[in-house]
Amino acid sequence: MWKKRISALVLLVLAYGVAHFAYINKESYRLGLDLSGGTHLVFNADTSNLAPSEIDDAMTSLANVVEKRVNLFGVSEPIVQVETGGVIGQTDHRLIVELPGVTDVKQAVDLIGRTPVLDFRLVKPGADKLTDAEKAKATYDDIFVQTGLTGRYLSHANLEFDQTTYAPRIAITFNDEGAKLFGDITKANIGKPLAIFLDGEPISTPVIQTEITSGNAVINGTFTVDEARSLVRDLNLGALPVPISLASTQTVGATLGKGALDASVFAGIIAFIAVGIFLIFWYRISGIVATIALAIYVALNLALFKLIPVTLTAAGIAGFVLTLGMAVDANILIFERMKEELRRGLDLPAAIKEGFHRAWLSIRDSNLSSIITAVILYYFASTPVIKGFALVFGLGVVVSMFTAITASRTLLIAVGAKGNSKFARFFFSSGISHN
Amino acid sequence: MFIVKYRKFFYALSVLLIAGSVAALWLWGLKPGIDFKGGSIIEVEYASSTRPVISAVQPSLDKLDLGEYSIRETGAEGFIIRTKELAPEAHDAVIGVLKVNGANLTEKRFDSVGPILGEEALQKSWMSIALVLLAIVLFITFAFRGVSRPVKSWKYGVIAIIALAHDIIIPAGVFALLGHIAGIEVDTLFVTALLVVLGFSIHDTIVVFDRVRENLKHNHEGKQKKSFDVIVGESINQTFVRSVNTSLTTLIAIFVLYLAGAEATRHFSLALLVGIAAGTYSSIFLGSPLLVTVYAWQEGKKA
Repeated sequence: MWKKRISALVLLVLAYGVAHFAYINKESYRLGLDLSGGTHLVFNADTSNLAPSEIDDAMTSLANVVEKRVNLFGVSEPIVQVETGGVIGQTDHRLIVELPGVTDVKQAVDLIGRTPVLDFRLVKPGADKLTDAEKAKATYDDIFVQTGLTGRYLSHANLEFDQTTYAPRIAITFNDEGAKLFGDITKANIGKPLAIFLDGEPISTPVIQTEITSGNAVINGTFTVDEARSLVRDLNLGALPVPISLASTQTVGATLGKGALDASVFAGIIAFIAVGIFLIFWYRISGIVATIALAIYVALNLALFKLIPVTLTAAGIAGFVLTLGMAVDANILIFERMKEELRRGLDLPAAIKEGFHRAWLSIRDSNLSSIITAVILYYFASTPVIKGFALVFGLGVVVSMFTAITASRTLLIAVGAKGNSKFARFFFSSGISHN
Repeated sequence: MFIVKYRKFFYALSVLLIAGSVAALWLWGLKPGIDFKGGSIIEVEYASSTRPVISAVQPSLDKLDLGEYSIRETGAEGFIIRTKELAPEAHDAVIGVLKVNGANLTEKRFDSVGPILGEEALQKSWMSIALVLLAIVLFITFAFRGVSRPVKSWKYGVIAIIALAHDIIIPAGVFALLGHIAGIEVDTLFVTALLVVLGFSIHDTIVVFDRVRENLKHNHEGKQKKSFDVIVGESINQTFVRSVNTSLTTLIAIFVLYLAGAEATRHFSLALLVGIAAGTYSSIFLGSPLLVTVYAWQEGKKA
């Protein structure tokens, strides 16, 4: 008996430690933007001009470039990540940008999107034979063909002034890979024009005089000095390797977020108390044990949220509150089973043992179905909200199996009810029955 | 025994609720939110008692290219404006209009979803519903593979699916009704709620079926020769308190969430409330009695 009491004591001390860990440093919980306030942006990347094998690389460098830009603006803990999505039969490549604390969407989008897209194009064979009327109708795609040489291969850009006209111009230097590509293109196309496109518009179309292996090129355009200067800055910050367009924005003001957080936490506390009252009212001693097990469940979950860390959203907390109600299901199954065993004439320790033993199959089968739901939800989540919910929900179901079974069994046995007295039976039976 | 005996009455109640829900769905349908159809929502709040009347801002809003938009008051000092998908510039223009006469406002949220993302969300929602259903049927067939007499295990699966359909048609019907009378839209969270209801309801149904399985085994081993409907009736009775109590604790938690939780999850908790209540009803009053009905059909055919 003492052995069992000691293990229950150890369990409680451990649980206290976990609860303490969950309670201190509340700032270290990771809050979603809907609770902390901020902007969530989804950009669609136009990868139609890339070979499939290049897409991953391009997306990674896109993310790097955007991250650099975002960091420049001093946003704390931004998230920039690449994601694939799309309806069945096609894959869309996306860039997700989360900016905590930023609620000015336009500023945020400008900050990310206003990076120049630089690329070099050759004139299509036969395009020079077009009549003027045809030329007027033709799109750039009709005339030019992309070379694959883009701002991605840029090493750096400098502002220069033409020696004779003093017009500002931009000198660019490619990285090694870009220099090689540039060399190949110029070698194969001597005497032909090479158009330099900025944001999809040709800004200069020099004719290739000779093979250039140095990796240097000059963009002459009709820039003002200011334009040229900001262009150089933007190019150095990183031209976007892939053009992007805004697909979705979500902005939550800080006050709404704080309100949602407070309301969610408050609802969680009240739900815990209400469920606890119900359990104690209905199941008496067992109910107290179940409530303690539920408290351990809460502490363990919160600690996991912090450790993993789980990004908590309003939906995630709702999922957690939902599992508060569901977590006690295993306990209820066990207690009801215990009651039946008592009714069949077993004494208390035997009834407790049988109750746990026989309820296990139901607990296992029924929780499995919730876990399946959570896993499918997680993998098919279309928004981070759903993903957050699924994670918290699934985690809750798994943890609840542990606390409802292991923790409550340890505690219940430690209470040490013995015998068959009316008193013991009253406190271990339930509801309004008199057995 | 009571439930099995009067099962026709309980069936009738379910049929009535389902018929009402199907009618609501057929008449009004569900109103898709911007998650699914794309569009923007702007929510603003004015400093105390400076909110302009709607007619003061509407003419200026009409001049902007907002598609078919709606503006309505929310709370004491707020507006919610729904428009087609807005670019950041158009969004700024709307805010500019709302700041008539220099009114002091804070923007609480701005959501904008492009049509492609909406379509994708819709597709993913259908896919996850289909997958959850499939997984559940497989799971039940597997979990009850041992029970083949007197009712085959796949029939348990089919009955569970009928109960599940019941549990999601009813909240869908309620939301069709709410969409019609209160303009409530369904979003990806609503689909999530339905999936949770599926998981919960099957969880409930499994507990009852599990008991039937156990009692059948007892009956067989103990050579008690109880009839099938008696066994099912007993199983329902034995699990009745548990089913009700589990649902109660869950409903308590969700009800608190509905009353006190974040605004963002209010409709979500409402969908859960309705769905879980329906789920509890179906596992007690629909699922297991249906086993008896199926058994009766089987025997009728044999005779």
